[in-house]
Amino acid sequence: MIVSTISTENLTKRYSRVTALDSLTVEVPEGVCGLVGANGAGKSTLIKLLLGLLPPSAGGAHVLGHDVATEGESIRRLIGYMPEHDCLPPDVSAAEFVVHMAKVAGLPTDAARRRTADTLRHVGMFEERYRPMGGYSTGMKQRVKLAQALVHDPKLVFLDEPTNGLDPQGRDEMLDLIRRVYKKFGISVLVTSHLLGELERTSDHVVVIDGGRLMKSESTKALTSQTRTLILEVLHPDGADGATEIAFEALQKTHLSPRRVDQLLYVPVTDETTFDLIRDTIAHTGLGLVRLQRERHRMSELFTDAHEGSGQHVAVD
Amino acid sequence: MSLSTDNSAIHNIGYRRYDGPRLGRRHAAKAIYGQTLRGAFGIGRGIGGKLFPWLLASAALFPALVIVIVQASVFSDPDVDPEALVGLNHYTTFIVAVPMLFVASQAPQAFSRDLRFHTLPLYFSRQVNHHDYTNARLLGLWTAVSILLLAPLTMLYLGGLAISLPVGEWSAGFVGSAVSVLLLTAMLTVIGALIASITPRRGLGVVAVISVLLGSYTVAQFLQAMGHAFGNEQTSAWMGVFSPVSIYDGVQSFLFQGAPFNFESFMIAPTPTPAAGIFLILVALGIVFGCRQLLILRYRKVAAS
Repeated sequence: MIVSTISTENLTKRYSRVTALDSLTVEVPEGVCGLVGANGAGKSTLIKLLLGLLPPSAGGAHVLGHDVATEGESIRRLIGYMPEHDCLPPDVSAAEFVVHMAKVAGLPTDAARRRTADTLRHVGMFEERYRPMGGYSTGMKQRVKLAQALVHDPKLVFLDEPTNGLDPQGRDEMLDLIRRVYKKFGISVLVTSHLLGELERTSDHVVVIDGGRLMKSESTKALTSQTRTLILEVLHPDGADGATEIAFEALQKTHLSPRRVDQLLYVPVTDETTFDLIRDTIAHTGLGLVRLQRERHRMSELFTDAHEGSGQHVAVD
Repeated sequence: MSLSTDNSAIHNIGYRRYDGPRLGRRHAAKAIYGQTLRGAFGIGRGIGGKLFPWLLASAALFPALVIVIVQASVFSDPDVDPEALVGLNHYTTFIVAVPMLFVASQAPQAFSRDLRFHTLPLYFSRQVNHHDYTNARLLGLWTAVSILLLAPLTMLYLGGLAISLPVGEWSAGFVGSAVSVLLLTAMLTVIGALIASITPRRGLGVVAVISVLLGSYTVAQFLQAMGHAFGNEQTSAWMGVFSPVSIYDGVQSFLFQGAPFNFESFMIAPTPTPAAGIFLILVALGIVFGCRQLLILRYRKVAAS
């Protein structure tokens, strides 16, 4: 079922000196959509236009079938928004704050309380929800920001850089959570990031913009289809160096043709025995096989293509 | 603390959709209004947030309480004709530092907090717009300051009834004073709110509001005294225009036939002539609606940024 949650036609936003968004025409299907671009690429401007908070200079857009220029209020009733920046007052608790935001979103008081309890639990906030938010870690603050965007059970949420400032573990947890927002809650997601890598596994669809222009809009499956190459990583059981070298030489003696990049070995698959052959060859050397996986096209490659070698503006995770 | 993934989540009982009622902008504005009103008295805030408002509420009520007690004991003798020790129309001017300090401390809480912590995008990404937001916050603060001033007035009114002051005259005086106080609190609220909305730093906002309110009152009182001494009698009524407190005092005297009272010079100023009275009323309304309009423009700018 392909339903457009967002569609834009030649959407343009000019400020006095800069063009933040330049004739953007894009269709975003239901599901998790990653919006990728460097800082200043126009991501936040696009979100403000889609919320109906900024009037477009030219062109137009529809969100969930509503026109952003004339039906901003209807749109804002149906969506949730998690801003990029800190937005939590430090002197109230998460529970109290989210209840208030639920009421502002139109929920009656009882429902606001119930939904707040549910939503905070879903984002993983437990006892700490009753403490003032000033003492929260970045990870906890991001969860509360997500909770206030979800508390009124919207049809679609805009998440602006939700992994900003998180450590690798916190980032993984946030990305899992975002995945669940669509998979389990049935709420479509538009999530922005300047890191390509993290959107690979989270998004169903990716829109890449740069300098206010559309670079690419494609489903993630098409972007990261599997190739016929295996990635291999080995370690010496004693922790000694040179494990990769030993494995590389051992594999060269078979009919496989391995390629070495730093500590990784790339082995083209010839037939179904390749997996076993690799396993046996490595086992024979006495090394530990720590990774054996299919290589995928990285979205970063795609983005480099899109730039046609004009230099990488986007940090690759 | 790990997140509830699908297989490890004992506590995860699944997502429940919300299909209950979704109320409109009025409800949202009411939520903001209620939060502002409660917040102004520190309800839902820590002990630090409660201390100052309640100290000021006590300061507003304490003199009224003393007056009521003294009146009750002095006029308990049925042979003595009862009279009010302090007129209902003069009590608010007597304690006017209290509402000034209240507005100075609570306007930043209501108006600059959301700016300072960048909470406004959360409001404006919902159904409320900058009109709803500004009006709800203003009404909340106005209600709070009005409660602060109407409570002692009510206490004085009941105390007056207890010593058998003429009911009709005394009640009419109470209504006139209450209406005038609502005008004063409206002016204090919009001025405090406007200043707070352009000073996101709390401490600066408090100082700025108190400076403007107290400073303007001092200047107006001085000019009124000078006008009274050197000009003709009405000059002091016109000079009241420089401060919301003296505007309130003049309008009250004009509308309800009292005499303004200048506590600095302990002089009774004359009741404004119709020209001066109407001028003061227009200035008062100009302040209230002008500041409100500026606030709405201010938040419209924030909403679009």
